Amino acid sequence: MEIIFNGKPREIQASISIQEFLDQLRLDCLQVVVEHNRNIIPRQRLAETVLNRGDTLEVIHFVGGG
Amino acid sequence: MDKLIIAGRSFTSRLMVGTGKFASNEAMVAAMEGSGSEIVTVALRRVDIDNPRDSLLHHIDPERFLLLPNTSGARDAEEAIRLARIARAAGCEPWIKLEVTPDPYYLLPDPIETLKAAEVLVKEGFIVLPYINADPVLAKRLQEVGTATVMPLGSPIGTNKGIRTRDNIAIIIEQAIVPVVVDAGLGAPSHAAEAMEMGADAVLVNTALAVSRNPGAMAAAFRKGVEAGREAYLAGLGKQQDKAEASSPLTGFLGQ
Repeated sequence: MEIIFNGKPREIQASISIQEFLDQLRLDCLQVVVEHNRNIIPRQRLAETVLNRGDTLEVIHFVGGG
Repeated sequence: MDKLIIAGRSFTSRLMVGTGKFASNEAMVAAMEGSGSEIVTVALRRVDIDNPRDSLLHHIDPERFLLLPNTSGARDAEEAIRLARIARAAGCEPWIKLEVTPDPYYLLPDPIETLKAAEVLVKEGFIVLPYINADPVLAKRLQEVGTATVMPLGSPIGTNKGIRTRDNIAIIIEQAIVPVVVDAGLGAPSHAAEAMEMGADAVLVNTALAVSRNPGAMAAAFRKGVEAGREAYLAGLGKQQDKAEASSPLTGFLGQ
């Protein structure tokens, strides 16, 4: 199924959790913040939040800036 | 030097540094060390899974530095508020450098959207440090809604032109009830010293350090500039005047 991940369409397995998705991408959940359909998902809820077709997912982290 | 107090928190250093545009993390760390800073700014962006990079946070010790996330990239109040909430969810303290810059060429801050966002963020419990043009009326309005500082620009971001907004910054300082942090455009330690001599409470520098051949040494030079300017301000600078006034006695000349 397809979701919109960081602004681009992406094929993922059906009914995986956000935590599983981050694990597949080797992203450390302690280093990122996740927005799911414009709602910020607290870290402790990443494993229980399941992705659905057409969902929008933003995965944000800190970079250098002024 | 006397302490800088922002929102009840006390800092020894009056120099804040940005972490953008450095050639390497090592160069960034050298600048942070050389500057003696206690507040460093960071930005929020989407992770780039095609170019995975070492996390920035591995290089910044949270015991030594207050992380000040900015809302750079926000084009309106709504985007800035969204970024501030994301920063807080990352586990940061609720300090936010509010910047709303819809114009990509000069990166000048939008005063109306900045004020709107500040109002919401203060209500949500954020400690808001807004980046603004050097507009004394806007500075006043922001303080009225409860921002922790105001951060007027010296000149546009990354231009290294120094303080081109001097007269308006002087009015902002004169009227301020919160610390005034001169941000953006400071390209040389003398620019930072000038801001501090004028009575600014702190300055924020990024580009001048990041583009230097030796960021650590440049940061140390800025640190000295900030300290010199602050000490001169506290000691009291002489008034400027047109007529010369002799420093040496005007009596007892040879041949009198």
